[in-house]
Amino acid sequence: MKQLSDTLFNAVVRSCAIGTLILVSGLCVTLVIHAMPVFRHSGLSFLFTSTWDPLRQQFGALPFLVGTVITAVLGVLISLPFSLSIAFFLGEYFPSGKLSIFFQSATDLLAGIPSVIYGFWGLFVVAPFMQKIEIRLGIMPYGVGIATASIILAIMIVPYTASIAREIIKLVPSDLKEAAYALGATRWEVVRHVVIPYAHSGILAGILLALGRAIGETMAVTMVIGNRNEFPKSIFDPANTMASVIANEFAEASDDIYLSALIAVALLLFLFTTVMNMFGRFVIKKLTVRQES
Amino acid sequence: MENPILITENLKAYYGNHLVLKDINLEIPRLNITAIMGPSGCGKTTLLRCFNRLHELSPGGRIEGQIWLGDTDILSLDPIMVRRRIGMVFQRPNPFPTMSIYDNVIAGYKLNGMKLSRVEADEIVERALRGAALWDEVKDILHRRGTFLSGGQQQRLCIARALAMNPEVILLDEPTSALDPKATAHIEELLISLKSRVTIIIVTHNIGQAGRIADYTAFLYLGELVEFGPTERLFTAPKDRRTEEYLSGKFG
Amino acid sequence: MRTGSYSRRIVISRIMECVIFFFAFISLLPLTLILFYLAKKGMAAIDWQFLTHLPRPVGEEGGGVVNAIVGSAILIFCATLMAVPLGVGAGLYLSEAKEGKLSYWTRVAVDILQGSPSIVMGVVVYLWVVKPMQSFSALSGSIALAIMMLPMVIYSTEETLKAIPCTLKEAALALGVPYYRTILKVVIPAGMSGITTGVLIGVARIAGETAPLLFTAFGSPFLDINPLKPVAALPLVVFNYATSPYPQWWEQAWGASLVLTFLVLCLHLTAKIGTRRWKIQF
Repeated sequence: MKQLSDTLFNAVVRSCAIGTLILVSGLCVTLVIHAMPVFRHSGLSFLFTSTWDPLRQQFGALPFLVGTVITAVLGVLISLPFSLSIAFFLGEYFPSGKLSIFFQSATDLLAGIPSVIYGFWGLFVVAPFMQKIEIRLGIMPYGVGIATASIILAIMIVPYTASIAREIIKLVPSDLKEAAYALGATRWEVVRHVVIPYAHSGILAGILLALGRAIGETMAVTMVIGNRNEFPKSIFDPANTMASVIANEFAEASDDIYLSALIAVALLLFLFTTVMNMFGRFVIKKLTVRQES
Repeated sequence: MENPILITENLKAYYGNHLVLKDINLEIPRLNITAIMGPSGCGKTTLLRCFNRLHELSPGGRIEGQIWLGDTDILSLDPIMVRRRIGMVFQRPNPFPTMSIYDNVIAGYKLNGMKLSRVEADEIVERALRGAALWDEVKDILHRRGTFLSGGQQQRLCIARALAMNPEVILLDEPTSALDPKATAHIEELLISLKSRVTIIIVTHNIGQAGRIADYTAFLYLGELVEFGPTERLFTAPKDRRTEEYLSGKFG
Repeated sequence: MRTGSYSRRIVISRIMECVIFFFAFISLLPLTLILFYLAKKGMAAIDWQFLTHLPRPVGEEGGGVVNAIVGSAILIFCATLMAVPLGVGAGLYLSEAKEGKLSYWTRVAVDILQGSPSIVMGVVVYLWVVKPMQSFSALSGSIALAIMMLPMVIYSTEETLKAIPCTLKEAALALGVPYYRTILKVVIPAGMSGITTGVLIGVARIAGETAPLLFTAFGSPFLDINPLKPVAALPLVVFNYATSPYPQWWEQAWGASLVLTFLVLCLHLTAKIGTRRWKIQF
């Protein structure tokens, strides 16, 4: 025998879960439906051609795909030495103490700054700096471009990768490390031959999650990438990423097919990040479960 | 037996498809202390949680048979009504962390939305805390959080919380296993003083404790009721070989 | 392991340690620089007028961002109002029904939501709300922000409630308290600090979000609290002013950046202190 109010309460709570589920599936369905017109219009050439000319209704999203991948990968590569150093610093060398708290708070602070402010700062501080470098190198001194965007992205994802990698490094059982120390290994040898082999899949997953984040990052990139819808020829060229082209053109997309093209870009972006996220999370979940059992 | 308060008939309890209590037939005497003993995993806690139907809340928990409280089968009642008549004290002290000592005692009323006047509430709190031998220790700090008390005091607070509802039966699930010997002795004295007011059923794996406080003892082994009788008789002249072995420390 | 002379191995270990420390410290450089610029340029732009006046057209001196401050407050408030009940409910469901198909798929959905780029929310809410209503609005902006905030609220509710000992719930049930009252009066209050912290972190996250607002709240130079009209927000002001060609607006953008950063960091700090301060002992 169950009381009516309990049944009602359970129904409300359950509908919150169902609501969340509907929200997310609705999100996917909306994107797919509204992206259809452009695929009907251009077919697969949407993905594989590189002319983006809304006036002549030519929609080739390849430059954005390439721009996104290059910017994000470059950003992650630049950030790696820094984020991994912080992770080892906090996870292995200084797991506690004042210095650790200081570093922890500093990286939290870095993670808390809104992305539009990174973009602003990048535009007014990093871009002029890049311009000087480009003049030295004797190339077109745009200032803004893929390289600048990658540097800003790198700064933004350092705290993210660092915190995931640190958690993974902390999962390494201390008796394994102690066994290596007992055999006379130096600290670096323990890191190199015990910690890294044990944690490498988790760290890779963390890098993947960071990549997903870099791909989806919008504001900072939009402000410093230069917004040019052409195929980039060098990493100092202005370009566009999937996120930045949406941010720039969505509000002024006049006709339906143009809008649909931008929504299709959003769909691609969504799929890209979701796949990376799910895979990264899957690996990390597996590792954590292995630890707990 | 004269005037038993709880009678189980062919009581079976399951976890999913796993049968954990096999045809328990037991008569719990009124206004006495009854101990349920047995090695761990024998189903003694499950039996206790059948009496207030908490077992049904465990994943896959299911009960069959009858449990008579007076002349009603509690399995046919609303569990909420059963639980208001049969109180419970748990293994670890679990006062509500967000409530004061005072509110903890009348939690049964407050959480059920029963309105109490200030005077009534004060009276119930004092009576329950005196009953749990805690009044003198906490009467000046009634409005502090219950979680600041020592483990033994917290457990007595939980007993007061159960007493405040004026239950007919109080179930105790190894109430002293998380406490030190001094606090344990305190609780045992308290239980003996309470048995004139309320029937007490206590699960324990401590043979000494059963011997010290229980009037009747039931011995459970692998989900079966092996033996039940007055504690003195059961301890001095067990009829079943398994009871004898358990009492002499051969397993458990 | 390669064997080398012992002293050589020690030296290598030492060198690697220095390399790690070096990179770790270098990565704090950008933070210092950002804070330095924010403080230097932002302070110069902020005065009483900046915080209390509406923006003025280009060329006129002065003017402020009060519309953006109020707009951000409205957007955040409405988003919280939408995200918290749904999020707490869903988190509660997940913590109570740990197994089961619905829980599994809800968790997947929340994971997807958490990893989705914020610009995608902007696009979807544009299609859901702005297009049918044919107007940018504060309402659509709050919905987009609420969706961004939802995963944080769900995660923190689920984690907090899972950590509450089961015996607490049983204590209430054993007193004959109905299930729904047990949850509302015992379990949720016990988890209040954790849930509040999660909400604060969620608010801190959406307070700085710009991308979902670009085609929803859109921005507005007026002080208007009609939820069906476009509304300004601090991050939007930073973006629009920073990418404008007018040096006078750049200065204002620095001021708005400092206000925004200060706000976000305060929220983070409150959440952090709150986690420790409001912790409930079991």
